[in-house]
Amino acid sequence: MSDVAIRVENLGKKYSIGAAKERHDTLRDALVHLLHNPLGRNGDADTIWALRDVSFEVNRGEVVGVIGRNGAGKSTLLKILSRITEPSEGLADLYGRVGSLLEVGTGFHPELTGRENIYLSGAILGMHKAEIDRRFDEIVAFAEIDKFLDTPVKRYSSGMYVRLAFAVAAHLEPEILLVDEVLAVGDAEFQKKCLGKMGDVAREGRTVLFVSHNMSAVQRLCSRCMLISSGKLIAFEPTAEVVHCYLSEGNSATSPLSWVNLSGANREGLQEARFVAAWYSSDEETVGCQPYSLGVLRFQLSIESNRAYSVSSFAVALCNMHGELLVNADVISLGRPLNFTEGSNTVSLEIEELYLNSGTYTVSLYMADRAGYTLDYIPYAFNIGVIEKPVAESFGVKPGKDGLIPCRFDVQLVSG
Amino acid sequence: MSSSESEMTLPGDLAGAVKPTVAIRPTRGIATLHLRAVWEYRELLYFLVWRDVKVRYKQTALGVAWVILQPIVSMAIFSVLFGLLLQVPTGDVPYPVFAFAGLLPWNYFSSALNRSSMSVVNSAHLVTKVYFPRLVIPLAGALSSLVDLLVSFVVLVGVMIIFGVAPSLRVFVLPLLVLLAMVTATGFGLWLSALNVRYRDVNYLLPFLIQIWMYLTPVVYGSDLIPEQYRFLLSLNPMTGVVEGFRWALLGQGTTPLSGPLFAISVVIALGVLVSGAYFYRSTERFFADIV
Repeated sequence: MSDVAIRVENLGKKYSIGAAKERHDTLRDALVHLLHNPLGRNGDADTIWALRDVSFEVNRGEVVGVIGRNGAGKSTLLKILSRITEPSEGLADLYGRVGSLLEVGTGFHPELTGRENIYLSGAILGMHKAEIDRRFDEIVAFAEIDKFLDTPVKRYSSGMYVRLAFAVAAHLEPEILLVDEVLAVGDAEFQKKCLGKMGDVAREGRTVLFVSHNMSAVQRLCSRCMLISSGKLIAFEPTAEVVHCYLSEGNSATSPLSWVNLSGANREGLQEARFVAAWYSSDEETVGCQPYSLGVLRFQLSIESNRAYSVSSFAVALCNMHGELLVNADVISLGRPLNFTEGSNTVSLEIEELYLNSGTYTVSLYMADRAGYTLDYIPYAFNIGVIEKPVAESFGVKPGKDGLIPCRFDVQLVSG
Repeated sequence: MSSSESEMTLPGDLAGAVKPTVAIRPTRGIATLHLRAVWEYRELLYFLVWRDVKVRYKQTALGVAWVILQPIVSMAIFSVLFGLLLQVPTGDVPYPVFAFAGLLPWNYFSSALNRSSMSVVNSAHLVTKVYFPRLVIPLAGALSSLVDLLVSFVVLVGVMIIFGVAPSLRVFVLPLLVLLAMVTATGFGLWLSALNVRYRDVNYLLPFLIQIWMYLTPVVYGSDLIPEQYRFLLSLNPMTGVVEGFRWALLGQGTTPLSGPLFAISVVIALGVLVSGAYFYRSTERFFADIV
């Protein structure tokens, strides 16, 4: 007897692009099509594989993350495992009661009251009435809506609605839970609660497959992680490695330890001295030198100067994906100008403690002479991916990591 | 959700290996009906019916009164048109009672057919997000109309008292006739709901179909208007048997409009449509989530 909870072999899902184009098609189109193509066979050119040759095994009690770009095939995989859609080839075996959570509020009806929707949504998600009866009070308490239990949910605030919907889903007790991006909804407080609940589920020894774009959630919850790209399973390894692989893949972020050529970058300034290439590292080999929260981040910058220059402002800045400036390491604050010689110069700049949570950040580069004239400014040089350095063998919720930016703090009980 | 879909065993499976709770395979050929899964989800069926009934008259000023009003207004119009002006023969039964007894099963049938045909497209948000046996959806549509039938039945009793028409013991046949109407509506509903997923033409076809079908069914007239030699054609329409059967059972009209063999043909046709519809539905449902 094996301890496998999910076994997938050569799973593939083919979509006919023709059919996709003919969505909501009419009988007339079908008849015309039949005349043109009496055998009813589509050429292979008309089909795309949303998923192909995917094989893996997930052990009982494992929490596995599924990451990848939009359209990579993550949701298709989850839909096949949830039996919403059928695979075109291959097979999947699931050992245990399966519950899937592809959206929050599946089966909710706006006209019905909270109480009624708990039963309706519960039944749709696969719970028996007796089970819902038993857990009813828990669900209401989790959702914090007891006062509005007999109000139609269409009068709920969106927060209440989401809380109730998640509460029902969270009390589904499957042995295998398939979750897709549900944590993308709701406020931070609620997301935390959801993550906590997911952590509980994991601790109770149930198997979870968790599709997400939220790298920090994936790192917190999942021991192993799948990376799916263009319908293929690229990697299925410990989370830190896969997240690193994902963040350094393609244009999402450049890899550490490799020189980024900046000659093609959009830039402003006098160009008397220019950034030519850049390189970065966290000096932590266990994570492939990927930058991580509260770690060291070291940049090496190659500069070409037309003549000897004294540069008083020289900065590496990090913005989040919304373009908000979060970190600005500028030598001007050190009061030590850099004296460049004519020709090539190399600068090493080290951020000693990176107060950033995991995510993708853009790097911008700036230098100005003593008079304040901008010599070179590249607002968008390249992206880096910041990860959370894994804490050995644990995927519980780490406290104090929910804010955008980590901080150092101390606490004392003053009285009592 | 402890349903087991392990309909096939795998050549690659190790002997004595634990049977998976859920085995997912591409369907080849004609799908099995897998009625056991429907049975396991009977509570969901109940909740879907309950939801339909609950939601239907919420936020309507008249609420359930609509169920009473609709057939009464139809009855009044038909009574003036066909009873007074066209003098449609109805034996010794007053025309309004005659019409109402026919409208009762017909209204049930048309709303059941309508609901189940639209059901899958209307449940697109469920079909694309969660697994359950898809057969439950059109079944819920056909079942939820039964509640309306029950309410309008009360009205019929009132109408019969007003017009002084006494029912006979034959009323005990009524449940079977309702069952026949349900089988017919579900059968066609299965076909149309599955077709509707791909061909939205069904949206346009359905109102027509129901209207034409009503005039092909002896709802506003009696089947004795049809010449004897063509009457067998009526038996091709299972609803003829239902409507005439209702009158026969409720109003005690002496002549049975459809003889035994003709009625049997109706039943066979209704069952045929139901079974073929169920298979057609099951074979197409695997594409529902992809194209709905």
